[in-house]
Amino acid sequence: MGNEPIGGSDSDRDAAADSAVEATAETAVETNADTETDTDTDTDTETEAETETDGGVRPYTVRLELVDEPGELLRALSPISDNGGNLLSIHHERGNITPRGHIPVEVDLECPPDRFDDIVEGLRDAGVNVIQAGAERYGEEISIVFVGHLVENDLSETLSRIEAEAEAAVIDLSLAAPDGTDATSSARLRLAVDSGRTDAALESIRSIGADKDLTIVEPLLGGEA
Amino acid sequence: MAASQRLAILGAGDVGRSVADLASEYGHEVVAIADSTTATVDPDGIDVADALDRKLGGEEIGDADPTAVFETDYDVLVEATPTTLGDADPGFTHAKRALETDHHVVLANKGPVAERYGELRELEADSAGSVRFEATVGGAIPVLSTIEDSTSQAVTAVRGVLNGTANFILTRMAAEGLDYEHVLAEAQDLGVAEADPTFDVDGTDAALKFVILANVLADGGFSLEDATVEGIQNVPGSALDLAAEDGRTIRLIGEATRDGVRVGPRLVPENGALAVTGTRNIVQIKTRNAGSLHSSGRGAGGPETATAVLSDVGRLPPL
Ligand SMILES: NC(=O)c1ccc[n+]([C@@H]2O[C@H](COP(=O)([O-])OP(=O)(O)OC[C@H]3O[C@@H](n4cnc5c(N)ncnc54)[C@H](OP(=O)(O)O)[C@@H]3O)[C@@H](O)[C@H]2O)c1
Repeated sequence: MGNEPIGGSDSDRDAAADSAVEATAETAVETNADTETDTDTDTDTETEAETETDGGVRPYTVRLELVDEPGELLRALSPISDNGGNLLSIHHERGNITPRGHIPVEVDLECPPDRFDDIVEGLRDAGVNVIQAGAERYGEEISIVFVGHLVENDLSETLSRIEAEAEAAVIDLSLAAPDGTDATSSARLRLAVDSGRTDAALESIRSIGADKDLTIVEPLLGGEA
Repeated sequence: MAASQRLAILGAGDVGRSVADLASEYGHEVVAIADSTTATVDPDGIDVADALDRKLGGEEIGDADPTAVFETDYDVLVEATPTTLGDADPGFTHAKRALETDHHVVLANKGPVAERYGELRELEADSAGSVRFEATVGGAIPVLSTIEDSTSQAVTAVRGVLNGTANFILTRMAAEGLDYEHVLAEAQDLGVAEADPTFDVDGTDAALKFVILANVLADGGFSLEDATVEGIQNVPGSALDLAAEDGRTIRLIGEATRDGVRVGPRLVPENGALAVTGTRNIVQIKTRNAGSLHSSGRGAGGPETATAVLSDVGRLPPL
């Protein structure tokens, strides 16, 4: 857990997850042998991303699926420059056709972080199938459960603080308030966080939780749980 | 076959009685057993069945003073008095007295190794005897001996579930959609939770075990006050429901590294190794060169804990 690619279909999982994942053999005394993801390597990814950061511009990787038609690549990529992005490289895996008969393309680009979502949206609006956006920007997806007087304590302010202070994007939220919204309720958040920034994000979230008197059930990260 | 040892047992609760009961099966002899008021002592070996009958029948266990235990000829002091925080007494003083007179000590009592690890190791260094404490972590599960066998320097972290009561409560809440209070009452009826379950549900008991593990990894330096501890009292059924919608569940997870100790409710994959059910315990030992090892089993109970005590006894050299 914790290293799942975002929005990737299963067939893309391996490639999508590779940036921060190192597989090591797992010996199990009792349970079945399994593979382990070692988050130690995330630290490397982070330093790399940080040294490459320059003038507020960051590198991102977007994986797309294109229809094999002339002109398609050009059409697909125009929303990148249209939205202030700079194309760095394109890996066009021609011989490699997806089960849906499309060609997987991996695009490296750079842009200011606040433009990235517009770029992805622009690509999607142009009818491009975006399989995975931002292996760099949002390398890890984590789930967290909050418990407490969530609604009374201004849930939407809690969410904005998470986005701002923890530098995390809220992908979705489920709320369970079986005893009504003025009683104790629980919320599950799925967050996307930069590779290697998960620990820092969780730390910010802990302090937001402490401020707002919420119990936070964090995910157990690092290694097969 | 391990050397036969003469055991002096302090504490005649579930653990002390089971050690006495099973000692002969492991080739050892019981020369003394004490509870909080009296002791029975015999350098040629006490009649264990008689002593346990007296204890269970509500009679005095013997006619000697508990301190008479220290004055008889014994090889190993088995410390099975209640775990206490802070000064860890009477357990710590018992262990000290045995080491100062060059005897081995095997602890079931978590207090001395969680709260005063460094002092205990110093006493051990000056003694012909050694200290072992497998039973303090994970009951019947061989946790400390696994770390010892992998050499503790090669172990980077240990994490897992080391409180059966909290795990039982979370498992039942998730399975039945019941709330904490409800399931706690049920656990008390079943004898899974004690009348005062505070230390089980507030994370203290698990934290003591992970503090012991951190002490083993770092060769001391930790006590309970260094641990970040949160319990399960604030986890409602709705939180478990939300976790389940996402293929996850909540467990009271502890983590020990050389840098610290943390215990709290955490989201884990529902079908993952750490999501053991009921009163079962599990530990995941992360090693530098060999991935992770998992062992799970019964983390508490008289006979379960006694087997850990007796395997420690079996690892001790003759004095
Ligand atoms: N039970 C488990 O599954 C388990 C697992 C791992 C570790 N442990 C640890 O093992 C220890 C024993 O557990 P337990 O379940 O057997 O506890 P218990 O049932 O509460 O028994 C404690 C025993 O210690 C005796 N005692 C108290 N003060 C004493 C003193 N100053 N001198 C001599 N005896 C004294 C008590 O005497 P009275 O009978 O007169 O009250 C009682 O017999 C505890 O430290 C516990 O944390 C237990």
